[in-house]
Amino acid sequence: MGELAAFIILSAITLASAVVVVTSGNIVRSALSLVPTFLGVTGLYILLQAEFVAGIQVLIYAGAITVLILFVIMLTEGGTGLRVRQTNEQVPLSILAAAVLAVLLVGVLAQAPWPRAAELLPQYTASGIGEALLTNLVLVFEVTSLVLLVALMGAIIVARRER
Amino acid sequence: MSWGLEIVKAVGLTIAVFTFLAVVAAMLGVLLERKIGGWIQSRLGPKHVGPQGLLQTVADTIKLLQKEHIAPRAADTAIFNTAPLIVAVAGLLDWIVIPFGPNLIVRDLNIGVVFFAAMASLTVVGILVGGFASNNKYSLLGGLRSASQMISYELPLATALIAVAMQAGTLSTLGIVNAQAQRGWFVFLQFPAFVIFLIAATAEVNRVPFDLPEAESELVAGYFSEYTGMRFALFQLGEYAEMFAMAAMATTLFLGGWRGPILPPVIWFLLKMYLIVFLLMWTRWTFPRLRLDQLLNLSWKLLLPAGLIWILITGFFITFF
Repeated sequence: MGELAAFIILSAITLASAVVVVTSGNIVRSALSLVPTFLGVTGLYILLQAEFVAGIQVLIYAGAITVLILFVIMLTEGGTGLRVRQTNEQVPLSILAAAVLAVLLVGVLAQAPWPRAAELLPQYTASGIGEALLTNLVLVFEVTSLVLLVALMGAIIVARRER
Repeated sequence: MSWGLEIVKAVGLTIAVFTFLAVVAAMLGVLLERKIGGWIQSRLGPKHVGPQGLLQTVADTIKLLQKEHIAPRAADTAIFNTAPLIVAVAGLLDWIVIPFGPNLIVRDLNIGVVFFAAMASLTVVGILVGGFASNNKYSLLGGLRSASQMISYELPLATALIAVAMQAGTLSTLGIVNAQAQRGWFVFLQFPAFVIFLIAATAEVNRVPFDLPEAESELVAGYFSEYTGMRFALFQLGEYAEMFAMAAMATTLFLGGWRGPILPPVIWFLLKMYLIVFLLMWTRWTFPRLRLDQLLNLSWKLLLPAGLIWILITGFFITFF
């Protein structure tokens, strides 16, 4: 009962702020509305007992990514964010596309068999994630860090060239 | 576990923590700051309201509560009004994982340290948009400086937290305090992490020598130039709550938390916390402000590499000894 109520409230927060992200005419407000969206998703993670992922979600997305986006907007748009046009004339078309996608997704998801995990959830997920990243998934982990390193170096090179 | 009871408990604890913060951290903190500042600069500090000026902050708070709330004409009112709340609530949420005593903790999360870092990182959103929404170039500059500074110093702070968590073998704050009962205070075992944590924490809470976001000689008051009355007070409250939370976290991670002989745990905890707070205030009144490039260099070229190397060394010691 409580879990359902929590799920509904968290989903409402996530969806309402996501709508603001998409529809707001002011790009700063859009960026700021990402914070409640991310926090709502964090709440859903906690409901799924993935508390480590939830912590990282707040740390990376709500704390760092949003600030990065706001920072970029304020540096490039003269600090107002009002000059960028946020919407175009294709609203009906995109609503149609979104509706079709939603129908398809609901259809597929309703038919898919969802196997339940056989054993109980681990009490402490952080160490499990750490172990998985450094044993079975070590290749994925290393390649991801390589991609990030390349992105970092690319950003430095692009920024340097502008001088 | 009944959900209704849990919600009542949460509300009660929120009020308790908020009152504690408003009284112990913000009110006493401001008074302490002014007294220590006066002492260091050979002045008397506040002296006239109450005995030895003890009631000065109470008087200031009442004054701020009565003041009119003014929003600048071209400000983005909705964001302008929300920003102080974000800062205050983020400062408040830090305290959920701080153990004041063996059973005196709001909730012992098993991701306690990560939670703390996450909540501390939310403050910057409030500061940044507060500076933006004021529609004032000084506020905006303060907000931007704050964002670059806090993002830069979050990483060294995280490296210090990771090293401690590795040494203790847990992310839970209660677990870290218990680990120190067996292995001695981590301030000895993890001294480099302690130094990195203190420097990064000072920068995270925007205090001198890292107070560029509110440098009064350049930016009026930085991101909260336009704020008046209670919203200004909320910014101050959030800032002091954050600073005391950093001190409390340093106590928990490095100074053995509430543990100590004879005196009750809470007294020990507050003593150690105020020791760190005193250290922060001492720094504030004795050091000049850094330049922006010095500030960023310190973080990216010194603290972050040092933190990463220290994680490596900690890992080496854990594996082989």
